[in-house]
Amino acid sequence: MNERVVNRTVDVAVIGGGIIGLGIAWAVAHSGRTVVVIDPDPAGGATYAAAGMLAAVSELHYQEEVLLELMLASSALYPAFIESLGPEHHLTGYQRTHTMTVGADSADRQALADLRGVQLANGLAVDPLTIRAARVLEPLLSPHVSGAFMVEQDHQVDPRRLAERIQLALATLAKSRRWGHDALIRVNAMGLLHDDSADASSRVTGVALADGGTVSAAEVVVANGLAAAMLNGLPERLTMPLRPVYGDILRLRVPAHLRPLLTCTLRGLVHGVPVYLVPRSDGTVVIGATQREDGSTAVSAGGVYQLLRDAQVLLPAVRELELIEVTARARPGTPDNAPLLGRVSRTGRETPGSDIPGLIIATGFFRHGVLLTPVAAHYCLQLIEGSADQRWERFRPHRFSATRPSASVSLQGVVSS
Amino acid sequence: METEPLTITDSLVIDGVQLNSRLIMGTGGAPSLEGLGAALHASGTELTTVAMRRHSVTTAGSLFDLLVDRSIRVLPNTAGCFTAREAVLTAQLAREALETDWIKLEVIADEHTLLPDAVELLDATEQLVARGFKVFAYTNDDPVLALRLEHLGAVAVMPLGAPIGTGLGILNPHNIELIVSRAGVPVVLDAGIGTASDAALAMELGCDAVLLATAVTRAQNPALMGEAFKHAVIAGRLASQAGRIPKRELALASSTMNGRPDL
Repeated sequence: MNERVVNRTVDVAVIGGGIIGLGIAWAVAHSGRTVVVIDPDPAGGATYAAAGMLAAVSELHYQEEVLLELMLASSALYPAFIESLGPEHHLTGYQRTHTMTVGADSADRQALADLRGVQLANGLAVDPLTIRAARVLEPLLSPHVSGAFMVEQDHQVDPRRLAERIQLALATLAKSRRWGHDALIRVNAMGLLHDDSADASSRVTGVALADGGTVSAAEVVVANGLAAAMLNGLPERLTMPLRPVYGDILRLRVPAHLRPLLTCTLRGLVHGVPVYLVPRSDGTVVIGATQREDGSTAVSAGGVYQLLRDAQVLLPAVRELELIEVTARARPGTPDNAPLLGRVSRTGRETPGSDIPGLIIATGFFRHGVLLTPVAAHYCLQLIEGSADQRWERFRPHRFSATRPSASVSLQGVVSS
Repeated sequence: METEPLTITDSLVIDGVQLNSRLIMGTGGAPSLEGLGAALHASGTELTTVAMRRHSVTTAGSLFDLLVDRSIRVLPNTAGCFTAREAVLTAQLAREALETDWIKLEVIADEHTLLPDAVELLDATEQLVARGFKVFAYTNDDPVLALRLEHLGAVAVMPLGAPIGTGLGILNPHNIELIVSRAGVPVVLDAGIGTASDAALAMELGCDAVLLATAVTRAQNPALMGEAFKHAVIAGRLASQAGRIPKRELALASSTMNGRPDL
């Protein structure tokens, strides 16, 4: 056997060191438990690309009100989550700046106004602005946009810096509390270990690592995004329909004479195509993001072109910026755009007390991983402590696993109501 | 006198394939895969077109899996191609990946109008037919061009009602009627549909089927709109077969006074 192989024992093992896995690990560690995060390249996936909009309100899509509740809960948890990271929490780039949404042409304005109807019906605040008022707030906004709205509740964070702060905080805690091991294992997880190695529905007792080592843990959290479905030892009845939805995203530097380019996040619809610009305090701006299901991990030239074309329609000064980075990453998408979050039933059915002990799934956060990190962390800690918020049971990971129900929607109810 | 309902026996046949629904659906613009699945189900469609340049066939859990699960036939398309060459390459990719000769041919002139480029379209049709493809040609509402495409070997011609995604409806019903009246292959009204009545009109004008995406996928409730289109296409088809009354300038009582007692 390889002499470097190490077998560790912790309270909680988290597979996956993206923003979700790190967030969960931090909440667990903060509660006094020992934890390891298993990831060969922490924060190198979707977290590395993400713009970090905390946009529960402006991200609302028709028929996704269920997800809205989760997003709003997470938004509300954000300040406390950030502050828990200690005195240097401001280094996460968390800013309570606002978000302005703009429509380029009159159909775009109409689409935003229609969506506002649903936002208002859900008790959200979206305030119409005149173009003149919008341009007083953001003087570089194009005079040719057709409509603008202000969403004061949608803020931002810098996901790369947030992930870095969490890793530092975890390392500090591991040292000060004398865990005797690092909080991070830079290796791939191969699969789950079970009480009964012949029964993938028995209690989960740890994680097998690619280097031959193991981690023994009372609880294992599966938070490795798209790779989650590829782990060995997953319960047989659990199918996780995760698919890669690629996004291209740009980072640009604003020349000194144009600063500030923007004081708030700008989201727009340009002839029906969404685009956003997120200004950072370091003088850079993030422009995103495409959604591609073409299977290509490379940056798409057409995607970059589309983003720059649409961004400069809203903000002509985009032409003057320095393009410093183009990135493409895959988001872990699910059929209903909502995460796979919670414990897994042994039977594949909702029978009380049938959950597999020691196993929690937290993946499939799609476009919303950064926003949903605090609620995922909070909820996973609740699950570990045995007193979980029942509202989030609707996101249980095996909701797509049972024999596929007829997908017909109950239209009669809709028509007659 | 009882007769069989028309819809049971009135299926559409293209290239030997029988389709019981005359509604062909596109897939672009859907907010979620689950929402798209529900909308396709509600629409009753049996044929759905997918942009080969935007969707990977090999990705598990993708759109293609959804269509296979629901036994919906796939009509690959060349959306996003600006030259005949790109369209032919994309069609070949589709044939290898999906093992079908069917291709919905889109060759777009520019991204502002998304209107077909007639010259490239003819070139691509000629090349694809020569390579054994069954070409469903997305075309302008031009009766001359539609006939040329048929003569080149297209198995269906698909004139637009209005530019893609505009929802403006059928801007030139006369041209659509003219295309239908001269066509020897199925005519599918493609693009521009905004709401159910547009699809009903297309069928009343004599089209064999209607293809639409945005009107459903970007509706606030896609499944409900899908159901609406299902009924609209059936209604329009039935009306086209039923023989409508002539339009008159003045009223004509539906029950005449003949034979009534004069009290």
